[in-house]
Formats: sequence, structure tokens, C-alpha cells
Amino acid sequence: MSLPRTCHALAASLPLAALLASPTTLAAPDPGDWQAVVEEARGQTVYWHAWGGDGRTNRYLEWVAERMQAEHQVEVIHVKLGDTAEAVSRVLAERQAGNDDDGSVDLVWINGENFAAMRDSDLLFGPFAEQLPHFALTHPEHNPEVVTDFTLPTDGFESPWGKAQITFYYDSDELDTPPTSVAEIKAWAEDNPGRFSYPRIPDFTGSTFLKQALIELSDADEALYAPVEESDFEAVSAPLWDYLDDLHPHLWRSGRQFPASGPDMLRLMGDGELALAFTFIPSEPAAAVADGELAPSTRSYVLDGGTLGNVHFVAIPYNSPHKAAAMLLADFLLTPEAQAHKQDLAVWGDRTVLDVSRLDDDQAARFELDQDNPAMLAPDALEQTLAEPHPSWMDALQEAWQARYVGR
Amino acid sequence: MLRLAPWLITALLVGPILAGLAMAALPAFGYLPALGGDSLSLDPWRDLFAQPGLARSVAISFSSGIATTAVSLTVVVLFLAGASGNRLDRWIRRMVSPLLSIPHAAAAFGLAFLIAPSGLVSRALSPTVTGWERPPDLLIVQDPWGLSLMAGLVVKEIPFLLLMSLAALHQIDAEHRVALARSLGYRPTIAWLKVVLPSLYPLIRLPVFAVIAYASSVVDVAMILGPTLPPTLSVSLLTWFNDPDLSRRFMASAGALLQLGVTLAALASWWGLECLVRRLGRGWMAGGQRQRGERRLRIAGKALILLAAITALVGIAGLAINSLAGFWRFPDGLPQTVTLQHWQRALPSLGGPVAATLMIAGTATLLAVGLVLAALENEQRSGRQPAQGQLTSALTLLYLPLIVPQIAFLFGLVVVMEALGTRPTRWLVIFGHLLFVLPYVFLSMSEAYRRFDPRWSRVALTLGATPNDAFWRVRLPMLLAPLLTAMAVGLAVSIGQYLPTLLLGAGRVSTVTTEAVALAAGGNRRLIGVWALVQASLPLLGFIIAVGLPRLLWSNRRGMRGTP
Repeated sequence: MSLPRTCHALAASLPLAALLASPTTLAAPDPGDWQAVVEEARGQTVYWHAWGGDGRTNRYLEWVAERMQAEHQVEVIHVKLGDTAEAVSRVLAERQAGNDDDGSVDLVWINGENFAAMRDSDLLFGPFAEQLPHFALTHPEHNPEVVTDFTLPTDGFESPWGKAQITFYYDSDELDTPPTSVAEIKAWAEDNPGRFSYPRIPDFTGSTFLKQALIELSDADEALYAPVEESDFEAVSAPLWDYLDDLHPHLWRSGRQFPASGPDMLRLMGDGELALAFTFIPSEPAAAVADGELAPSTRSYVLDGGTLGNVHFVAIPYNSPHKAAAMLLADFLLTPEAQAHKQDLAVWGDRTVLDVSRLDDDQAARFELDQDNPAMLAPDALEQTLAEPHPSWMDALQEAWQARYVGR
Repeated sequence: MLRLAPWLITALLVGPILAGLAMAALPAFGYLPALGGDSLSLDPWRDLFAQPGLARSVAISFSSGIATTAVSLTVVVLFLAGASGNRLDRWIRRMVSPLLSIPHAAAAFGLAFLIAPSGLVSRALSPTVTGWERPPDLLIVQDPWGLSLMAGLVVKEIPFLLLMSLAALHQIDAEHRVALARSLGYRPTIAWLKVVLPSLYPLIRLPVFAVIAYASSVVDVAMILGPTLPPTLSVSLLTWFNDPDLSRRFMASAGALLQLGVTLAALASWWGLECLVRRLGRGWMAGGQRQRGERRLRIAGKALILLAAITALVGIAGLAINSLAGFWRFPDGLPQTVTLQHWQRALPSLGGPVAATLMIAGTATLLAVGLVLAALENEQRSGRQPAQGQLTSALTLLYLPLIVPQIAFLFGLVVVMEALGTRPTRWLVIFGHLLFVLPYVFLSMSEAYRRFDPRWSRVALTLGATPNDAFWRVRLPMLLAPLLTAMAVGLAVSIGQYLPTLLLGAGRVSTVTTEAVALAAGGNRRLIGVWALVQASLPLLGFIIAVGLPRLLWSNRRGMRGTP
């Protein structure tokens, strides 16, 4: 206690020292002293850079903003990104310009290769995540996925927010038995030309399809979980390119054009252009049926042997001027209230990162899924989750795909 | 004070563009110390030319610049040549301003909804005519040749060129020329083409160049209607600039220079085309042929311009239907259920962007109008009017922002701002919009101002009024109608701006346009319908006020209500 007081006395007696010391008052708040964080956050504005391509997600973020204003007097502004890479590029550009304490990004929705890139360049504030009061509810000791991001440990530099897993869906009026493996998809597409596609790379849902296919097609699974430089990329990825070369002529628009994103594929399903599609948000088809965007005969399933799933996070850039409010927001996102609202089919339908089995009964009840909805996945469908490969594979696959299929 | 106005305008417009181009040129040759580039090299260019599909991107950007302009100009010329002032012609002329006010992005969305394989046209014809039970697997929207992109641009550029031509026609006494030619036995359309067009074209040359520059470098329309594998050069540039690998910014800068080169090449080719047409046309013009083709040309002009106007209007109606649609299975012509849900859900999030849009557009327009009035008033008082149709004043530079592709200098401008440590703010965005609002306000204001009968002011002065009195109490009230029209144009231009808002506002400043374009990737037609409709209706409000207010204020003075 004596040290701050001495500083204070010095600062009061020496105006110059006060000036010099002023940067230290901007020093990062200590997540260990939560009460101080809450107090400092009051009245701050958080610029939350988050992908804005999905209306349901955007509406949930609006709800979060309302709740944060009401509960903590923190203003939350959703800066809608087309691609999370834009936020990474912005923070990096700010550091290059010498802007180390007044950046424009306070919180970023992130995972995978973007997290890896920001960690590599020391662009993140932390560790803070494990000290958030509600983080304990995720029980990382039983759920290692909430502290692992594409094989990399998060080390407390990002806080878990939700779970995604590749889920396929189809119109049961048109299709009796959907294909249940990547190989079967090709055979099915040959019989039903023009009725399947995947989002244009580098969209993250599309890139995940490449990884899903690579995991099933290659025998070199171990190599996929280590940096790509450590293996022979050409050799490991060769089966994927053979597969795609065969598949593309049978895709929607004969593979000369691809949907822009996961939600764009959903629109094409609603229009009847596609008969089979997939999403990263398992409950999205059911929610879309409720909203009149998909036919009531829509059904969801996962491939045999499981599909890729991952956790998505929020992180705080090192030069955010509003770290306290950003941490408070990250913590609010982990409250049972916010997580249950997020999982609500009528809202977004993104699965919780909390360990529901270890919540008390009242709170756990809020997370019960509406299994009556026929478009929902069977309850045990998500038991088999394939882990994400090392993030470097994402970049390598995206680059190779573009070199192969763009401009031909 | 007034004397400074032209110079202030010039500095305001030319400064940022030159600074932006310089900051694109230096990194293009490897020099950008903030990113560790401190020596000159050609590596950025090597990286650029190694990009997959670059040649295709360039070809699409170039041909979109030429083809869009050629088609739009032909349609406008044929329509004007065949126009005889009947009811249909008057209706088309009256539609010009509302069509012009539709932002490019909203028109593009409307067209996409219309012509997509599952769009309105296909639904209307299915399954009765086409036999399609489900949408055909046809690559129409975002086709690799950029045809849908060009169609979307043509729909928007026709009203622009038509408005510019109508303004210019006042200067050349077209009716007398046609009457003279007709007395020599020429049919009206042929007469117009032979005696009016050659004098009209030089007057609308700058707007034509602006269309070429715009169509070869547009970003928002290209994101909605343009090809994707690869996209146009301008859209690729945006991706490279936002890449987390900052070393790509060197390549993006080289790309920005390449874009400038592509636009200049398109302008140069157009100039070549002009020479060719002039040479080929001379024989036809002097050949004495008085009738041939009259009917066909007249009908073609009317049909094509009607097609464009109806496409735009039906597209907007399509947006409205989509914004109210429940589940809507193909090939139903109309949704099975109608719901207000999309509007209700969007309503809470509309407020912020609508307010920001109006605030930015209002401020930029007021600033622009102030500067333009000062410059024009200075012109009047100093008696130095540029000869009609001649572009001799310093204000010629006013058109620079319309000729230099936005994307080429805005990136450099962002780098300058970052280096200066300027935080992205609303003021920066307003300043960015001003660059584009100013020229358009000037374009639409200057004609009326210069044609204003100088005797009114002289009478005021002889009655003892000071020049300022004459301005505030005579000239300004009498010019209220064109002034309000110029303001409506300014608002429409600002509301439609996508790239300056995105780049200078760093994504933090969201307007209805950035929100609507951001939704494009999501593909949710219902939500896009809501936003695009809001985007289209804001500028329309401006035009309604511009037409209505003078009638209300001057209900007792018929001559001052402005021409509808």
C-alpha cells in the first residue's frame, strides 16, 4: 500500500513528474483486481470488431450492447467486419505507426490462424482470460478445448465465447439419404450435378470444408497437427486436390463460381438452388426454418466419423485504450445469462462454452435444447468432434486453392 | 475573401489526391519506412504480377469502363435524338432525378434480385414458360465476364448522362438547329444526330470521362454484381490492403498504381474511339442521307431507355417484396407468407447508421454548397466567366476526384493519416465525402448560376443595394430551386459513398451504405431488402424536398418554382 501513496505524493509535488507519470495511469488494468476493473470500465466505450455477415449474430451483439449499458454503463459498439483479418491488419498497422496506447480495436472475435498471427506478433493483451470471474464455469480441466485454439494453447490471451461444428443439412423432401462422408459427397454430386457447393476460399466455412476433406482423404493426420513447414505440403495435400479437381465440375455453377459464405449457402438452399449444404453453427438450419428462410422439411446431420469443430474466442489487442471495459465484456459473455441467450434458437443458436453438467440445476435448465424441432441435430450427433489442424495449414491450403482455382 | 474560394476548393481537392497518390507510389516501389521498407525495389510489382488471375481482373476492369460508358451514352443519345416531347418522353425526363438518386449499391442489389436464376424474372416465367421447377444452374449474377456488373452500372449511368445532357442542351439551342435541318428535309431523329450531337458531345465529355473512371474502378457494385474468381482489380486491391500480412501493402500500392493505369488506359482508348467515330461519322453526316434508319433509331432509343428505367424500378420493388417475405419457395412469384419481422428486427439497428448517414451527408453538402456559391459569386463579381463549354479556369481541377479512381488515392490517404497519427473520426469521413460531393454540387449548380440574368443584380445595385445585399436578397432567393436540387444531388452522392466511409472511418463509422454492402456477403435477401430500401429512400427524400419546397415557398410566384 505504501508504494502508490509515495508515488501520489511525489506526483502532487512535482507537476512534471505528474506529466511523465501520466502514461502509467493508462497502464493496463490488472484482471486480478476485479473490483478495480469494474470501476474503471464504467463509462468506457468498447469497439468490438466482429464478423458482421450474419443477421442473427448481429442481433445477439445488439442485445449484449443493451445489457452492458444497463448493467455496467459500458457502451458496446459492434464494428462489423467482412473478415477478421481486417482487425489484425489494423492493429498491426497501428503498431507500425507507433500507436501503442490508443488503438481503435478494443475487443476482437477471433480464433485459429488470426489468433496465431496476433500472438506471433505480440499484438494481444494478457494473460487475462483465466482471471475472469465467470471463466471457472467452463471447467477447462474437463474441457481442454476452451483453452486450446487450433492446437495452440491460448495461455489466457483469449477468452472462450462459443462452439462451432460443421453440420450438414438438406431438404428431406428432395433427398432421402444424404451422403455421410466426403467421398460419398462426390459420388452424390456426380448423380446430382449443380446441387452442392462450398463457400469461396478464403471464407472460413469454406476453408473448414477443405480441412474436413483433407483429414478424411489423407493418411497423414499427424502431420496436420504440426506446423505445415514440418511436412511435405505437396504430398500431404495431393489427395485433396485430386478430389476437388474431380468434384468441381459437378458443383453448383460447375465450380466456376462459389457461394460467398455460409449464410449465402443457406440462402441458396432456401431458393432451392442447392439440395445439400453445411454450416458452422449446428442449430442454424433449425433457426432458419423458424425464420422462414428454409423449408420446414429441412434436416441436419453430421458426417460419419465426426466433423471439424472448434471454439471461438474474444481477445483484447495490446493497444486497446479500454481494456477494463473489454475484459468486463468478455466476462459478461461468459455469464450463464449471456450464454443461454446466445444458445437460444430464436436468438442465435451458438452452443455454450460453459460446462452445463457442472452448473447448478436452475442454471443448467436454461441450456436445455428444444429437441422437438425436426430440423435440429440428434442430441448425440455432436459427440464426435474432429480437432482443428495446426493454424498454418489453413493459410497454406487457402493459398494453394487460390493459385489452383482463381483466374482459370 | 470570396476571391480565395476557387483556390480553397482547388487546394482542398487536389491536395489530398496528390498526397494519396504519392503515398501509393512510394510503397509501390518498396519505400515505406513504417513497414520496414527503406530502399527502392521492384519486388511489389513482381508480387503483383504473380497474383493468380491478375490479367483477368485487369481485363474486366478495363472493359467494364469502356463497355458501360459506350452502352449508356448510346442509349442516352438515341433517346434524346428521338424524343419529341410526348407524354412518354416527359415521363422519362421526370424519372431522371429519382433514378439518379438511387444509390449504386441499392440498384445493384435490385438488379441481382431481378436477374438471378432464382430472381423475380425467372420466378415470373417459371414454370409456365420455362418449365423450371427449380432455379436453373446458370451463371448470371457475378458472371466471369462481368456482364451483370456492366448491366448494373449502365442502369445507373444512363440517368446521370441524361441529366448532364439535358443541362448542356440549354446551351446550344438544339430546337433551332433541328428546325433548320428539318426545313432541309431531314427527319427529326436523323437531324438531331447530325446537327445537335456534334455540338453536344464536347459539352458532356467530362461527365463521360467520369463514367469511364467510375466504371473501371468501382468497388461496391463490383462486390455485389462483379465476378469473383478473380474479382475486379479494385475489389482485389481491397482484400490485399486488409491482409494481416502487412507486407502485402507494398503489393496493394503497386496495384493501386496499376488501377490508375487501367483507368487512364480506358480513357485513352475512349479518346481513340472518339477519333474513329469522328472519322467514320464525317462521311455519314455530310452524305446528305435524310431519312434512312429514322424509325429504327427512334424506337431503339425509347425501348432501351425504358428497359433501363423499368429494370431499376422493378429492382427496387423487388427489394421491397424481399424485405416483407416469409418463406418463398421457387418458383412462386410471390412469397407464401408476408411478414413485418425483418423490418421489426432491423429497426433498432437502423437508427444509428441512418443518423450518421444524414449527419455526414448534411455536413458535407452544406460545406460544399457554401464553397461552390462563394466560387460562383466570385466569378460573377470579377466578371471572369469561363467561356461556355470551355474549361479554362482553375476550377477545372474540380473534376479530378471524378477522374482519378477513388481506390487509387484513398489507400495512400489512409497511410498518410496513419503516419500522422490521425484517429479515424466522423470528420475525416465528412472530409472524404466532400471530395466527391463538391464536384457534383458544382456541376449541377454552375449552369443555373451562370445563366442567371445579370440584370436582376444590376437593378438591385442601382437601387442602392450592396453586392452582398444583391446576393442574399435577390440572387439566392431566385435561385432557390436549382440550389435545392444541387443540395439533393450532394446528399445523394454522399449517401452512396462506400469506399471513403469504409477506409477513412476505419469501419467505425457505419452508414446505411456500408451496412448494406456488408450484408452482401451474408446473402440474406430479406435483410438486404430492408437496408437497400432504406438506403434508396434517404436520397429520394432530398429530391422530394428539393422539388416541393420552392413550390411551397413561391406558391405566389410561378416563375420561381423551378422546372419539374
